[in-house]
Amino acid sequence: MSDQDIALMAHLMRRAGFGATRDELEARVAKGYEATVEELLDTQEQEELNRDEMQRFHPWTWRPGTLPGMGAAEWLHDLVNTKRPLEEKMSLFWHGIFATGVSKVDHYDDVMDMIVKFRNKGLGDFRELLLDMAKDPAMIYWLDNNDNHADAVNENWGRELLELFSMGVGNYTEDDVRDCSRSFTGWTIEPKLPRGPIGRHDWFFEYREEDHDDTDKTFLGHTGNHNGEDIIKFITDDPACARFIARHLYSFFVADEVQVPAWSVTPPRDPEAVDLLANTLINNGYDMRTTLRVLFNSDFFKKSRFERLKNPTEVVVGTLRMVGGAEFPAPGIGDLSRQPSYMGQDLLNPPSVEGWHTGAEWINSGSLMRRVNFTAELVGDVTRPGIRNIVDRMIAKGDTSPEAVVDGALDLMGPLEVNPESHVELVGFLSEGGDFSWSSADEIEKSTARVSEVMQLIVSLREYQYA
Amino acid sequence: MTSTKKDPVLVVFQLSGGNDYLNTVIPYADPIYRDARPTVGIAEDRVIKIDDKVGFHPEMGPLKKVYDRGDMAIIHGIGYPNSPRSHFRSMDIWHTCEPIALGTEGWLGRATRDLDPGKENVLTTVSFGPSLFRALALPGTPVAVVDDLDNYGLLPGITEKEQRAKILDRFARMYSPAVGSSAVMDYLGQTGLDTLEGADILNKAPGMYSSNVEYPDTSIAKKLRSIAQVHMANFGTRIFYVDHGSFDSHSNQNGMADKLWKDVSEGLDAFLDDLREHDASDNVSVLMFTEFGRRTHDNGSGTDHGAGGAAFMFGDNVKGGQYSEFPSMKSEDLEQGDVVPNYDFRGLYTTILEDWMGLDGKPIVDGNFEKLPIFA
Repeated sequence: MSDQDIALMAHLMRRAGFGATRDELEARVAKGYEATVEELLDTQEQEELNRDEMQRFHPWTWRPGTLPGMGAAEWLHDLVNTKRPLEEKMSLFWHGIFATGVSKVDHYDDVMDMIVKFRNKGLGDFRELLLDMAKDPAMIYWLDNNDNHADAVNENWGRELLELFSMGVGNYTEDDVRDCSRSFTGWTIEPKLPRGPIGRHDWFFEYREEDHDDTDKTFLGHTGNHNGEDIIKFITDDPACARFIARHLYSFFVADEVQVPAWSVTPPRDPEAVDLLANTLINNGYDMRTTLRVLFNSDFFKKSRFERLKNPTEVVVGTLRMVGGAEFPAPGIGDLSRQPSYMGQDLLNPPSVEGWHTGAEWINSGSLMRRVNFTAELVGDVTRPGIRNIVDRMIAKGDTSPEAVVDGALDLMGPLEVNPESHVELVGFLSEGGDFSWSSADEIEKSTARVSEVMQLIVSLREYQYA
Repeated sequence: MTSTKKDPVLVVFQLSGGNDYLNTVIPYADPIYRDARPTVGIAEDRVIKIDDKVGFHPEMGPLKKVYDRGDMAIIHGIGYPNSPRSHFRSMDIWHTCEPIALGTEGWLGRATRDLDPGKENVLTTVSFGPSLFRALALPGTPVAVVDDLDNYGLLPGITEKEQRAKILDRFARMYSPAVGSSAVMDYLGQTGLDTLEGADILNKAPGMYSSNVEYPDTSIAKKLRSIAQVHMANFGTRIFYVDHGSFDSHSNQNGMADKLWKDVSEGLDAFLDDLREHDASDNVSVLMFTEFGRRTHDNGSGTDHGAGGAAFMFGDNVKGGQYSEFPSMKSEDLEQGDVVPNYDFRGLYTTILEDWMGLDGKPIVDGNFEKLPIFA
């Protein structure tokens, strides 16, 4: 098993999931890269997470309507403990595109229901998912389609569907926005019961024929008495839609792109890669699984190691998976689930329908501080099983020099690549305490504390912010 | 230049989501307003009248008080030609002054650079919110971003003083620019160093502050109070940034706008009172803006994205009153159903940069635009 195999597998697991421990990486390398890609894609073959445990120990994660309950705690528990990492990663991908938030929807159950839809359909046919989103109660309320009437058109959903969910600016006109919106009149929600004492009841999609504009509309050059399904078909038949989704895939899984509003004027980082992904979508009925298989097996993906900045969820979940100890939904999981929001990614509550700005825009003085503080606190806890595992491997290997311990830590935490100046500082820091010794319980305890300290410096590194 | 001895300070208050101009400065006497807004129109008896033409939204009582003491300017019909009616594109244009190409440099990033070319103070510009607004972005120019002033600091978990000093010392060296590293690595490095330097100063501000002014218990009032604390701590901050929202009132507009304007008006009123109580108001001006106004006709529940809007300025040095003109609402004068902007926002920026901050406006907003005599 070569170091390069481990490094490539670690890359795949960071991108297709939220990282993996060294034990898991070794097991996956033994199976092979392509076999691992298949295993990741074949989510149904992996055990589903037992979600009853969360409700059993935290009954208030049952969010009746507007009660915040524990916000994104349930999702965070899933993200950390899932046996289907790509399923959760795709849910985060779609959540960033179909960005819908409780700040307005005021209904945690219904926003979380969207995440469940992403889990169930996020690796399938995008055309189906897009139609599901057009009928999603939280989305309808978020973008006011329940106020889009035959006699009073509301453009909110119609505009964002084109601008942010499927095509991007420059591929349609203001008249298309208008007639797209008209085609979705009558697509509304049925709040069967009035708001109760503990919040809202579930919402359901409802089509009200009498409120649908039943006259001709012209959309992307097609004239006729269109309804919403027709619009979804015209959109997804347009290659601009495949290119739009392909570029999102590239930015999320391969390397940071500029922000979406700049796509109409800035060419992709790797136009050939985006073309390949777009053509794969078109030729395979928008099947996301097929497209991701092409992506993960491509050279451009394998060569993109550390070409993306981690989003806050990747920082929090990835570090928790590394240090371990979050398998059981212990008290404090509510606070853990708020950590991404402190770093600028409030799960289930994006800042606007545009979703989050990514790449270098994740980083500012406040968010960087939060990243460093949170991850340093986690690796500073020597009782965490992941830290003990790293130390055990160092003992087994017999690492005693400060340099060997630094290299061991960088290897076992990634493997991470750091620039030579950082390496000098890390070794310099450990050298102040001399060589390591593992020959007695007392010495192991002291040496473990020092390993944990250098790990605190490593997670504070700029290099740790890259995925 | 300004008439004050202290350095002039600018507070920028962003109303995110597109605030509805016509229901903020209400042309209550114009019959076209009544006809255009059967659902969201505000009844004349609820309007807080300014003159015989326009009046404030009913929840803006605290700001009417500021207007009456001559410390509030209304800038009518502000915007730019060919509004794209997209929140994100429009906000980008306001942030970068780039109406055609896609800008990445913010106007306040450039102002920060000109205020502190030697980067002597990492707290020249402080933003309150979870993200760095593009208005503040300029590669190499530090901006402190604070989400919670009371808990601002690096590695507070390491409590042993000597150990923390050792780790922070290595941190500083590891964040120093490395040869051959990428632009993003450089950006991360600079941000890390600025964070380290700013943190230990900023978190002292709350402890240095006491006030008799009671702020309302709202998120925006808390941020404005943090601005007051940092301003009064005299760390040399010249630009503050804060946002509130969302003002994107496609539906249920009336209830939504009532709450938003109540929180904004009460919070800002408390902030201005706090500065006045502490003799710290004479060098502060506040700009309040939004990315666009909303459509003239309501949609039966709210209003869709529009073009022309209103901006406001507040402060002791602001010459109160109304500037520019209310754009025509006659149907033949509308563009895609929206009132057409008749005053370019870059003119207001130039006014602020030159007549308040004492900077050269032209290179920052990229052109010559008509100024307003707000600080005359």
